[in-house]
Amino acid sequence: MTVKSIFRHETLLALLLVAVLIVLSFQSDRFFTVSNLLNQGRLMTEIGLIAIAMTFVIATGGIDLSVGSILGLTAILTGVFWQNVGMPLAVAACAAIAVGSFAGFCNGLIITRFNVPPLIATLATLALYRGLAEGISQARSVRGYPEWFYVLGQGEVLGVPTQLWILLLAAVLASIILAYTRWGRTVYAIGSNEVASRFSGLSVEHTKLALYTASGFAAALAGVIFVSRVSTTRSDMGTGIELDAITAVVLGGTSIFGGRGTILGTVIGLCLIQALKNGLSLAGVKGDGTIMLIGAVLILAILASNLFERSGTR
Amino acid sequence: MAMTGIDLPPVRPRTGLQRPGALRRLVSDYGQELVVLTAIVALFIVVTMVNPRFISTNNLTSIFAGNAYIAVAAIGMSMVIITGHIDVSVGALIGVLATISGTLAVAGYPVWVAWFAPVLVGMAINSVIGVLVAYARIPSIVVTLGALSILRGGLISVTGGTWISGLPPEFLIAQKRLLGLPVPIIAMVVLTILAALWMRYSAFGRSLYAIGGNPEAALATGIPTERRTVAVFAIHGAFAGLATILFATQLQVIQSTVPPNLELTVITASVIGGVSILGGTGTVIGSTLATILFATIGSALIFVNVSAYWLRAVIGLLILATVLADMLRRRGRA
Repeated sequence: MTVKSIFRHETLLALLLVAVLIVLSFQSDRFFTVSNLLNQGRLMTEIGLIAIAMTFVIATGGIDLSVGSILGLTAILTGVFWQNVGMPLAVAACAAIAVGSFAGFCNGLIITRFNVPPLIATLATLALYRGLAEGISQARSVRGYPEWFYVLGQGEVLGVPTQLWILLLAAVLASIILAYTRWGRTVYAIGSNEVASRFSGLSVEHTKLALYTASGFAAALAGVIFVSRVSTTRSDMGTGIELDAITAVVLGGTSIFGGRGTILGTVIGLCLIQALKNGLSLAGVKGDGTIMLIGAVLILAILASNLFERSGTR
Repeated sequence: MAMTGIDLPPVRPRTGLQRPGALRRLVSDYGQELVVLTAIVALFIVVTMVNPRFISTNNLTSIFAGNAYIAVAAIGMSMVIITGHIDVSVGALIGVLATISGTLAVAGYPVWVAWFAPVLVGMAINSVIGVLVAYARIPSIVVTLGALSILRGGLISVTGGTWISGLPPEFLIAQKRLLGLPVPIIAMVVLTILAALWMRYSAFGRSLYAIGGNPEAALATGIPTERRTVAVFAIHGAFAGLATILFATQLQVIQSTVPPNLELTVITASVIGGVSILGGTGTVIGSTLATILFATIGSALIFVNVSAYWLRAVIGLLILATVLADMLRRRGRA
């Protein structure tokens, strides 16, 4: 892995993002306005938080398909802990996030202790956690949260949506950890060659356990923000969000086989997807046409980056 | 079909040094399949003791007929996973193919055209996926993730989410019976047996195990791995087409949506049935048995009065238990 190869994909992607932004701002007057762009940031946060954690997971060569279900479970538990158990809402939200993180920890345990491939382990817990959400909620939704709770999902701090600050903080922290700490380098080492990492004395098991727990925590936090944004809880919240997050990560240049990837790439990938979604809908393209385009962009971006790579080092 | 003329060794490792007995060989070749089969039988006995109506023919045929399309889709999926790839777009593909088939049937084309179209279109679409995987060297999960978006988005933008109704009665083959058995059950059993024999005894089938087990070694022994990869995706598309016929002709209408997470259900069936996600091992018998197991669990829970809301949680728990049991079994053998 060379520094050059990382920058190549991200530069390509950033140029693509700029081009998309320019084209879209010509398509509609309402696109390139501060209020619209900030609002798009609001809509991007839940997928963003999950995608940032997913970048670490995929960089180790793993994957976490259960994040959408953890999001749904946390959303339901926030409502149930508050309304049915009678906890204060702040405590209820923290307790729900703790359960979500524990769900991620269980993923990690299954993967590290039983040597179950991550794809299968999280496929099974995807069904289990979503099932728990459905069973606990019994198809009831919880509404009528106190006013202060909506600050998280609908309010603003210094003129910027509250959750966008959280996303920004998470992105900066994650970038520093992944690029500059010993722990972050361990993530790349595991993704490049797990056996060699183990023989080099790196704590492969502990790192993975921590990563899947962090992934659960990110999904749980996204769940609480989701509830605050839409003012209600439902057990089907976050269905399919895992594939959206993985798309952003892979579009951002993280290798699905591990060993390569950056948070900056993931963030650019996220912005590109959100800009396409919003810009095209403002230009009159229906949401479903946009989904098609995102699929095509994903395949073409990886194809292009493969071609560049082959002409370069290999 | 190109015969390689090379005798490939058995893919599953033998346990003993000397030639094992028939029973031990059965256990070592079909370990996970036997686990799933035992689970099905045990479930039947327990649930029937709690509620004897469970074993009634009506209930059994409705369980199996309603889920046969998942088993058929899982046959193709198993072949793809055995070759070392994966496909997360099959649910969206089935949705697209069902709409194509239904539109043709309503437009007055002969029913055999409406039945053949999904098979051919499925092969064509998945061949493109196969080419991108084999020749452009994009990981299959990335290509099919993109294909998932393209197919799902394309379907909704073309149909606008409307349902297709007014299907001609002769089109609805899944509601018909042959020799007293519903057609979907017959299709599931026949396709599973044919595919299992083909995977085990044909040079093509053996080469898929070889590619999944070790692609470089397979290439070195003269197997055209790239062409085989495209072929296996095309065959998977044909099975998705066959599954579509069973799915689309179940009811009087065709919805433009498929059950959510259908692709994950199909993948889970393959994996629980013993197909290693790393490629190289597993059989299509296992994936069909696993589909039957899920269907049985779903029905059994209703018969023992478990609330429908807890159904998925219990199924999830059982999937997890099966996966862990399989891992412990493998560890014990290693």
